[in-house]
Amino acid sequence: MGARDSGDRRDTDMTPIEDYIRQRLQRKRLLLMTHAIVGYPSFEANMTMLEAMQHADVDLVELQLPFSEPIADGPVFVQANQYALEAGVAWDNYFAFMQRATMVFDFKILMMGYYNSILQMGHERFCACLAEHGGDGFIVADLPPEEADDLHQYAAAYQQAPIVMMTPVNSESRLRRIADKASGFVYCVARRGVTGRHTQVDEGLEAFIARCRSATSLPLALGFGLRTHQDLQQVKGLVDIGIIGTALLTAWEQGGVKRYGTLLQELTSAVT
Amino acid sequence: MYAELFQYPVGREGYYGQFGGSFIPEILHETIRELTTAFDDAQADPAFWDAYIALMSSYSCRPTPLTHLENLSKDLGGAQIYVKREDLNHTGAHKVNNVMGQGLLVQRMGKQRVIAETGAGQHGVATATMAARMGFECTIYMGSVDVERQRPNVFWMEQLGARVVSVDDGTKTLKDAINATLRDWADSMHTTHYVMGTVCGPHPFPQMVTYFQSLIGREARSQMLEQTGKLPKRVYACVGGGSNASGIFAGFLDDAEVELVGVEAGGLGLDSGQHAARLARNVGSTGVAQGYKTRFLQNAEGQMRPTHSVSAGLDYVGVGPVLAYLHDIGRIRVEAATDAEVLASLQHVMRREGIIPALESAHAFVTALKEAPNLSPQDSILINQSGRGDKDIFTIAEALGDEPWRAFLRQKVGEWEPETAATDGILT
Repeated sequence: MGARDSGDRRDTDMTPIEDYIRQRLQRKRLLLMTHAIVGYPSFEANMTMLEAMQHADVDLVELQLPFSEPIADGPVFVQANQYALEAGVAWDNYFAFMQRATMVFDFKILMMGYYNSILQMGHERFCACLAEHGGDGFIVADLPPEEADDLHQYAAAYQQAPIVMMTPVNSESRLRRIADKASGFVYCVARRGVTGRHTQVDEGLEAFIARCRSATSLPLALGFGLRTHQDLQQVKGLVDIGIIGTALLTAWEQGGVKRYGTLLQELTSAVT
Repeated sequence: MYAELFQYPVGREGYYGQFGGSFIPEILHETIRELTTAFDDAQADPAFWDAYIALMSSYSCRPTPLTHLENLSKDLGGAQIYVKREDLNHTGAHKVNNVMGQGLLVQRMGKQRVIAETGAGQHGVATATMAARMGFECTIYMGSVDVERQRPNVFWMEQLGARVVSVDDGTKTLKDAINATLRDWADSMHTTHYVMGTVCGPHPFPQMVTYFQSLIGREARSQMLEQTGKLPKRVYACVGGGSNASGIFAGFLDDAEVELVGVEAGGLGLDSGQHAARLARNVGSTGVAQGYKTRFLQNAEGQMRPTHSVSAGLDYVGVGPVLAYLHDIGRIRVEAATDAEVLASLQHVMRREGIIPALESAHAFVTALKEAPNLSPQDSILINQSGRGDKDIFTIAEALGDEPWRAFLRQKVGEWEPETAATDGILT
């Protein structure tokens, strides 16, 4: 697994998820990735959320494995993590839920979480477990590229895409370094801060995405602070995937499945 | 050994054996680089250390004295007991050393705002003090359980001009305050410096905080030589995150004959599950959280476990990666002291020597006083009194069940009653 030139990737380098994304992009200009914290507010509620996602033709779903120290998350997700842990969410019921979801739904599923869960499980066991339960990759909020080599080797062996993050404050050389570790797609963080606060789509954001494009030829996903179908309208054409997280969970908390489904339908109308 | 600790092999920057590193969201990467560069530059500039020493001597009673506990040494009939008096610092604890050093660094970096976590509140008060003196805006994050335990410190932070944010996430203690501060920093890092209070968190914090706190050990070593003509047999320090221990141990790491003993919070006993010991009896296991790798108190799936200690300052799930490494290679020994032992020891030391250690520091006294009789009166031992105990008056008085104190509190509360009584009066 040496560093490879992102501009000269062979087709055999393509992970199943990148292949899937490129196919979907042939019929949609912007794909949609959504998010759920497994076990919050309950496994049954999670299933209802996922059914609404399927109904709205969502393309990718992050299933967050709760962690007691979620430093990259904002208040809404912090409380949800805590609640899920107190309710007894653990590896076995998390992966059982993932398997159930991958068997029922069409969208691709990625694990999202923090590095300690993976470290405790073991790099190989984690990747094998993901593959066994139907996952297609993972997003780790606190694993820098310097620490990623061993985990990424196992990811490749089990056809899991390790999704890395690029941010607006990264230098060009840092973006290239991150690109070296990337496969599947790249998660572009729209702004500073944690999840949940609104982001303005502006020229600064366009310049950032241009810098990401020059660092990698992989599809780009944009997250952190996208909330509405207007936000998605604005990033259509700019990136390949829009990520909606906190806005959906807030909709659920404020208006249950009805409001959740309505927001999803609005979001979908923006991307098709 | 001290210098070698911080000379990293290529590709292992910020690592001490398997511990340390920098596990942070990518958004903080460039900020951490900027801080590392600024710190390396400052360290290479002899004028920086001189400015630090000058500031600490004019602002915080440095060098702090070394006190011979003559009565206790005689009572126990063993080693001569010496105490490094970090409690005599401005703001009452060793925390101010690190804070003023980082303040000078913030001036070099040209930032205008500082944020910090605090457990017992000592680090928060010290940071608020530094911010007031140096003219920085200041926000302090503190777990809501600690806010309740340490209201006097909250009062002082606010009087010093800091905004205190009570953190209601997780266990509502130090670790959750750290998470909240990291989240603030991920948003504000272009104007703001995170004044990490202990030798934890991502590189360069463990190295940087050890560097500033090493002042304790450097002073103590030369004071011991001056006052006793030789080095102590053993050096004792309490270990929460580990900054006071790292500071005093730093002075003796190169003296292989000096045994270094850390004392963790044994709470209700290591077998009770209600404690905050990570290294003692190898209770903690290797994990990654809050930006670094160390031995954490965690379950088999890597979720942090609740901790307990009578002292807020030791009530923490992780421990400095340098200390975890030194423990792994056998350079330091780590014990635990229970809440009950701590209170007994505190009373004993107050009565016989007239000094009032903080509850945190009293942990070090427990183990030192237990072991002193096994040594010869020709030998000496050194205890780091990291802070003063009068800040703990509410906790200690309650734990000791002091009836006159309770009566006093009832009377003070009573002085506020008339207003309530007046409104209630209509109904009664």
